[in-house]
Amino acid sequence: MIYQGKQKIWSEYQKEIPADGWFYVRSCIRQSFFPASEKYFLAVCRDLLGKDIYESEHHTTCGGIAYHCDTIPQETAMTIVARQFALMKEAGYKNLVTSCITSFGNYTEILETWREFPELEARIRENLWKATRREFDKPEYVAHASDLVYKFRGEIAEKAVNRLVDVETGRPLRIVEHIGCHYSKMFPHKGIGGAEYPYVLSGMVESWGGEVIDYPERRHCCGFGFRQYLVKANRGYSVSNTHKKFESMEPYHPDAIITNCPGCPYFLDRWQYVISEQTGKTYGSGGYGIPVLTYEELAGLVLGYDPWDLGLQMHQVAVEPLLDKMGVKYDPDAKYLGLNKKDILKPGLPSVLKCC
Amino acid sequence: MVDFGFGLSKSSAVRLDQVDLSLYRKLEVLEPGVRTCMSCGSCSATCTAGPWSGMSVRKVILNLQRGKDVSAMMQNCMLCGKCSMVCPRGINTRHLILSLCRIYGERK
Repeated sequence: MIYQGKQKIWSEYQKEIPADGWFYVRSCIRQSFFPASEKYFLAVCRDLLGKDIYESEHHTTCGGIAYHCDTIPQETAMTIVARQFALMKEAGYKNLVTSCITSFGNYTEILETWREFPELEARIRENLWKATRREFDKPEYVAHASDLVYKFRGEIAEKAVNRLVDVETGRPLRIVEHIGCHYSKMFPHKGIGGAEYPYVLSGMVESWGGEVIDYPERRHCCGFGFRQYLVKANRGYSVSNTHKKFESMEPYHPDAIITNCPGCPYFLDRWQYVISEQTGKTYGSGGYGIPVLTYEELAGLVLGYDPWDLGLQMHQVAVEPLLDKMGVKYDPDAKYLGLNKKDILKPGLPSVLKCC
Repeated sequence: MVDFGFGLSKSSAVRLDQVDLSLYRKLEVLEPGVRTCMSCGSCSATCTAGPWSGMSVRKVILNLQRGKDVSAMMQNCMLCGKCSMVCPRGINTRHLILSLCRIYGERK
């Protein structure tokens, strides 16, 4: 197909994403922040939609978190990544899909570095061989898991049980989409829509019936920034970043925030509690905060999974107002029940932010 | 309120619909040429006092347009007038500075 005019320009912002044959690598921190997200990515894409996505129990962190915190050199991160590629080769896969945005950025950065400096790639091959007696092939495609959910958004919409619509008024829910910085700000041509018009989450929201909010600080960082948070003396920067975003989005009255990064949902969620304790201000209606969801959690809600199975009780900000608007059925008494309905006790409540 | 050991920094965002432009408006009356400034920075580049004091006519105008106080920077101007010689818009920058000093003098 020959594209012309605006269509041609927009085609340059697209990304080729094969439908099948993916080797899945998990995030090192998401499973403790949002424990069910990765499980439900596989449940939706592999089990429900029948896509070929393979996961090896032998894979590790990509090293990106340590690399961005300046605790390991890039060569070490490269050797870790080379081992993941070797596992992918041994499993017979050629496409790599990552759960984490920083992993996606890390893999992309390393592949681009090797393209520019082939001698470095040769040295990493030697390092990997000496350390593990493994060899690797570079992946044909690298995608983030949100790219795949974006690709399958139409199939998910066809199977939707709930839509992003207020069931009482019929109004499309106003959704803020926040894209992790390492998705397309490092290598714009590797993301859907590039760095200027990232469409990966907007596409999902629109397909599932919601309305995307455009607000002044839409592309501002969530505030995680690795050392901004990890060094306690810098945490003021982190929370100030998040505060700036909330102040900017507040006039648009968002019903929810959707993100595709491990750090963003965590900080947009938890910092709402910290801001409420420091300033006495909450950003949702009725003293609640604005619920922050990962794209897998939102897809899970749309597909009708139980919100407590999706791990939504792990969020600091209560998700019940959003569930009520969407018309999602849930048992309030089961919120803090563990496996096999075991009582795992309720957390303490904040003094300002309304939580349930 | 909980003490977390860290806090919010004051935002540096400028909300143009909320800033106080009274100083700039007064300056416009005394030196209308200020409206023609295109922030090229020629004045700052040629400023004798700039390298050691941070004086910059461009910053003075920009800060006034953002409703900020510029009195500290004004004290560094030596009124040499080099900035007015290089201004491509022909703004009488020395008169601009003196007018501002007058406005600040009236405020005391």
